Amino acid sequence: MTGGLCSTDIPVIPRGVRIHWDRVREKWVLLAPERAVALDPIGHAILSEVDGQCSFGSITSQLAEKYGAPRDQIAADAGEFLRGLMNRRFLEVV
Amino acid sequence: MDGADGLNWRAEGIAKGIPAPIALLAELTHRCPLSCPYCSNPVALAQKSKELSTDLWVSVFEQAADLGVLQLHLSGGEPAARRDLVELVIAARKAGLYTNLITSGIGLTEKRLAELDAAGLDHIQLSLQGTNAEVADRIGGYKGGFDRKMMVAGWIGDIGFPLTLNAVVHRQNLHQLPRAIEMAIEMNARRIEVAIVQFHGWAMANRDALMPTKEQAQEASRIVQEARVRLKGQLVIDYVPADYHEDYPKRCMGGWGTTGLNIAPDGEVLPCHAAQTIPSLRFDNVRDKSLSEIWYRGTAFNTYRGDGWMQEPCRSCDRKKLDFGGCRCQAMALAGDPAATDPVCVKSPLHQALQKRAVAHSQSKDAEMTYRQQPPA
Repeated sequence: MTGGLCSTDIPVIPRGVRIHWDRVREKWVLLAPERAVALDPIGHAILSEVDGQCSFGSITSQLAEKYGAPRDQIAADAGEFLRGLMNRRFLEVV
Repeated sequence: MDGADGLNWRAEGIAKGIPAPIALLAELTHRCPLSCPYCSNPVALAQKSKELSTDLWVSVFEQAADLGVLQLHLSGGEPAARRDLVELVIAARKAGLYTNLITSGIGLTEKRLAELDAAGLDHIQLSLQGTNAEVADRIGGYKGGFDRKMMVAGWIGDIGFPLTLNAVVHRQNLHQLPRAIEMAIEMNARRIEVAIVQFHGWAMANRDALMPTKEQAQEASRIVQEARVRLKGQLVIDYVPADYHEDYPKRCMGGWGTTGLNIAPDGEVLPCHAAQTIPSLRFDNVRDKSLSEIWYRGTAFNTYRGDGWMQEPCRSCDRKKLDFGGCRCQAMALAGDPAATDPVCVKSPLHQALQKRAVAHSQSKDAEMTYRQQPPA
């Protein structure tokens, strides 16, 4: 599985994966089985839109509007980021 | 417990370049219904009467979260042997820790799993001694254990706990590795850990019975590589190779005193689970000191931090920040000096002799297994 996501895919953060504020290091992390992944502000912004309801298409639209960036560029970057998480089983799509 | 002092120790630690730990392995008990001959518990097991109380463990989890720990692994022995397991999971989640249960499954009932679910347990890591009852029960030394484990795996799946299957492999069950990977898929596990036995603790006495052949070790690596490609996005495979047959040592603990810490059932705080095999180290106990003071100032943690302790050939080696000279406990066990280069390393003067010994262990015929025993009451 390579490449980004389809606009109709609905990304879901599965059970056992959580976005967590690391109060000691003062940054956002993604907690998953045996892993703690530091999230940069872009990663955190993308995952904050993942609510298990919105499609990837509507997530990219929301991000494009919020950050005033070209939609295609956002779709490419966010798609690659989310696909990477899927390959590590930190994210699922329905 | 140490509020302002804790902050001071952290500030002092940052100044010295000591990072906050990410993971805590809490060995709740050394009691276990299984008696695997490769158990990583120390040969001198902690008595039940010396185990930390519920309240002390709860305090330890709070201190760990304050210290920066994100991941808590509840282990043993068999952690399900603790009657207060559900209470401990509730406390760990309340402290904000990602809580993982490392279990053989024995001692877990459907009811208890439902309670652990309600308590907020994040993830289960289920051990696998073999892929059928004949092998698994012989290795675990517990008749009926495999069938029971399969029942528990079914309940775990029904509840929907995220699952990692932990296959410990060695000469006697490496032929079952492809089936173990299939079983992980069938159980809907997201991850499998394929760990070739590391020779510490009880496994040291069983090298003749358990040492894989070099061909088996290479075949295991091939199987893992192939499965990683085939199952990308479906099953994540973590792999611990057979290091006696390797040319470079393992990156032990991700660096001594940098990433994780272990707490033994009696409250001793260890830089790794085998650290008590290094006789020159003295360990602090959570009964006497705060976890923060122990992490930043404890002598056992500071002894092998950084590279000031290194000898040649490690000191001038360009890999020293990659593998930190390998495993200190293995250097102790095989070279008699915990500051020596891990003899697995091709640059160690003991490397060739170790490789020959590994071959001899792996060709040993009819070696009896010494099973792990139970801790004294």
